[in-house]
Amino acid sequence: MIPRIYIPGDSGALALGAEKVAKAIASELAERGIEAKIVRNGSRGAYFLEPMVEVATANGRVAYGPVKTSDVKSLFDSGFLTGGHHKRWLGAPDKIPFLAKQTRLTFARCGVTDPLSLESYKKHGGLNGLTNALGLTPAAIVAQVTESGLRGRGGAGFPTGIKWKTVLDTVGDRKYIVCNADEGDSGTFADRMIMEGDPFVLIEGMTIAGIATGATKGFVYIRSEYPHAVAVMNKAVEIARKAGVLGASVLGSPNAFDMEIRVGAGAYVCGEETALLDSLEGKRGMVRAKPPLPAHKGLFGKPTVINNVISLASVPVIMDKGAAFYKDFGMGRSRGTIPIQIAGNVKYAGLFEAAFGMTLGEIVDEIGGGTATGRPVKAVQVGGPLGAYFPRALFDTPFDYEAFAAKDGLIGHAGIVVFDDTADMLKQARFAMEFCAIESCGKCTPCRIGSTRGVETIDRIAAGIEPEKNLALVTDLCNTMKFGSLCALGGFTPYPVMSSITHFPDDFKPAPVRVAAE
Amino acid sequence: MPMQPASTEITSRTAAIIQELKGLEGPLLPILHGIQEEFGHVPHDALPVIAEALNISRAEVHGVVTFYHDYRSHPAGRHVLKLCQAESCQSMGSDAVAAKLKQLLGIGFHETTRDGSVTLEPVYCLGLCACSPAAMLDGQVIGRLDDEKLDEIVAEVRS
Repeated sequence: MIPRIYIPGDSGALALGAEKVAKAIASELAERGIEAKIVRNGSRGAYFLEPMVEVATANGRVAYGPVKTSDVKSLFDSGFLTGGHHKRWLGAPDKIPFLAKQTRLTFARCGVTDPLSLESYKKHGGLNGLTNALGLTPAAIVAQVTESGLRGRGGAGFPTGIKWKTVLDTVGDRKYIVCNADEGDSGTFADRMIMEGDPFVLIEGMTIAGIATGATKGFVYIRSEYPHAVAVMNKAVEIARKAGVLGASVLGSPNAFDMEIRVGAGAYVCGEETALLDSLEGKRGMVRAKPPLPAHKGLFGKPTVINNVISLASVPVIMDKGAAFYKDFGMGRSRGTIPIQIAGNVKYAGLFEAAFGMTLGEIVDEIGGGTATGRPVKAVQVGGPLGAYFPRALFDTPFDYEAFAAKDGLIGHAGIVVFDDTADMLKQARFAMEFCAIESCGKCTPCRIGSTRGVETIDRIAAGIEPEKNLALVTDLCNTMKFGSLCALGGFTPYPVMSSITHFPDDFKPAPVRVAAE
Repeated sequence: MPMQPASTEITSRTAAIIQELKGLEGPLLPILHGIQEEFGHVPHDALPVIAEALNISRAEVHGVVTFYHDYRSHPAGRHVLKLCQAESCQSMGSDAVAAKLKQLLGIGFHETTRDGSVTLEPVYCLGLCACSPAAMLDGQVIGRLDDEKLDEIVAEVRS
C-alpha cells in the first residue's frame, strides 16, 4: 500500500505555513525515493495545531502538529509514515481532546476526506441525504427539515423548513436557491472551512433545497476575500456536474438542478440577504424593504430560498439520518449542533462543533483555554461586528438563540472573539460605529448618518467633553438606529456599542478618572 | 507606474470580456471582475462600453463600480497587501501591526509607495480569525503576524 499523507490545503493552515511544509515533504519523499500520495485535505479546525499533518497507517490515522518545515527531516527519520514517535506526535486525530469533545454532524468529513474526491465523499456518507430526498415528495423533504428544528445559521435563526415551505408553496416559472457565503463577520470562518474542506456537502444541501422547493438553479455568493474557497467550490461544481450530481437529471432522477459560483466585491452589507440578491442581480448592494419576502419575490423577482452555508450544509445529514436524530441534540428551541468558532486572543483557537447548550464560560475557558497572552479575559464578542460584548459575569449564558437574546446579545454566525484585559471597550464601541459608517449601504438615515455621528460622540466622551450628556446621546442614537434601520447593520450596531457601555462603564469615564483608576 | 492602455484598446478588450460573460444571469459583477483582472483596475473608458452592451445607463454602471470596495479606479502597486483590521485581529494587536507596517513602508492605508511596489489596504476579515493577526499578500494568506513575518513581507514587496 502506498502511504497517504494528509496536509491541509485550508487557507487557515496555509496562513500558518502548510504550503511550505507540503513542498518540504514532497521533496523529502523524492530525495529518499519513497512513493507516497499527498492528499490536501481541509482542516479539522484545531488551528493551534496547524499545519497538522496526518498519515494513514495500518492502525488508522496518526497526526503530527504543528509541523514546521524544519521538522520534516526528523519526521522521516522517526518513521512518521508508519506513525513513529516524534516531538510533534499527537496520536489519533479523533482522540485529540479538542476534537474528541466535539459532536461533528455538519463538519463530519471536514479535514478527514479529500475535498475534491467525490469517491471519498461517498465513502464517508456523502450523497445519502440526496438519495433519500429523491425518494420523497418535496413536501415530505420540507417537513423533515422543519421537523429537525434547523434554524438559519447565518445569524437570524429563522426556521429553515418554514422558509423552504414558503418557496414551495409560491407559484413561479423559475425559482432559485441562493447560498449566502458572504461570511464577513470577524471571528467566523465556518463557511470558509466547509467550502474549502467539504464542498460537496454544500452542493448536496443546495441540490436537496432545489428538489424540495422546485428550484432548478442555485447561486453561491462567496466574498472576494476568500479566493481559496472560490477556487475549491468552482472545481467541486465542475466535478459534481460531470458525475451527474448536478445537471438536467440529478443522480439520474427527473429533477434538474445546476449551480454557479459568484464572487462578491468587498461589501460587508452584501451579507444581508436582500442586499446580496441585489448584488447578484448586478446592482449596488442596497438593502430591500420586506415585504415582499425573498421567498415570494427574491432573485430577479422570483421565489428564492436564501440560506447560509452552514444551514444548507446541515441538510444532508438531516436527510441521511433523519429529523429525529438531528433534533435530539441541543436545547430549548435551538436544535442540533452549531459550529462555534473560537477566535481572537485565545489559546486554543479553532472550530468546535457541539450541540447547543454549552455555557459561554465552558467554551472560552475550558475549550478555548483562556487567552493566548495569558492575561485575564475581559470581554468576548459573540456574533461578529454586530454582536454584543459579554463580560465574565455573563459566562453562565448557555449557547442558545433565546438565552443570548435574553441577555441583549446574539449568537449570530457563532463566532466568538476573546479579548484580554488590555482591551479598551470605548475603542471597541467606537470601532463598531466606524465600521457601520464604512459599510453602510446608505439606504437608511439612522445607519448612514447615525454611525458617523456615533463615532464623533464617542470621541467627545473619550476627550472628556460633557461625558454624561454625550453618553445619553449615544444611547438615544443607538435606540434610533435599532428601530429606524431596515437591516441588521444599522439595527444591530447598537449591540456592541450598548453592551460596551453597559458592562464596562469604567472605560467610558473621563480620561483623568480612567488614568487614576489604573 | 504601469503604462495605461489607450482607450481604443480598452474598448476592444472590454468588449471581448463582455461578450464572454454577457449570457450570465446578472452579468455586471462578473464583467467588472473580469475587467479588473484584465487591467488591474476598472478604467473609466470601460464604463460606457458596459452600459451600452447591458442596456443600462452609464450612471448605473458608475454607481455599481463605486459602491464596492474591490473595484479600483486606478492601478494598484505591483503587490497588494491587505491587512486585517477587524475585531479578532484587533484582539491580537492589529493596530500595532498596522502602525509598524505603515512606518516600514512609509505609506498609509489606501496608498501606494512612490516606486509603485506595493499598495496597502485594510480589510475587514479574511476568515483567518483563529490565527490573528492576519494579512493577505497578492492572494497569499499569512497568519500570526509578528515582527519577523512583517520584515519578510516588506523584503518581498521591495524585491
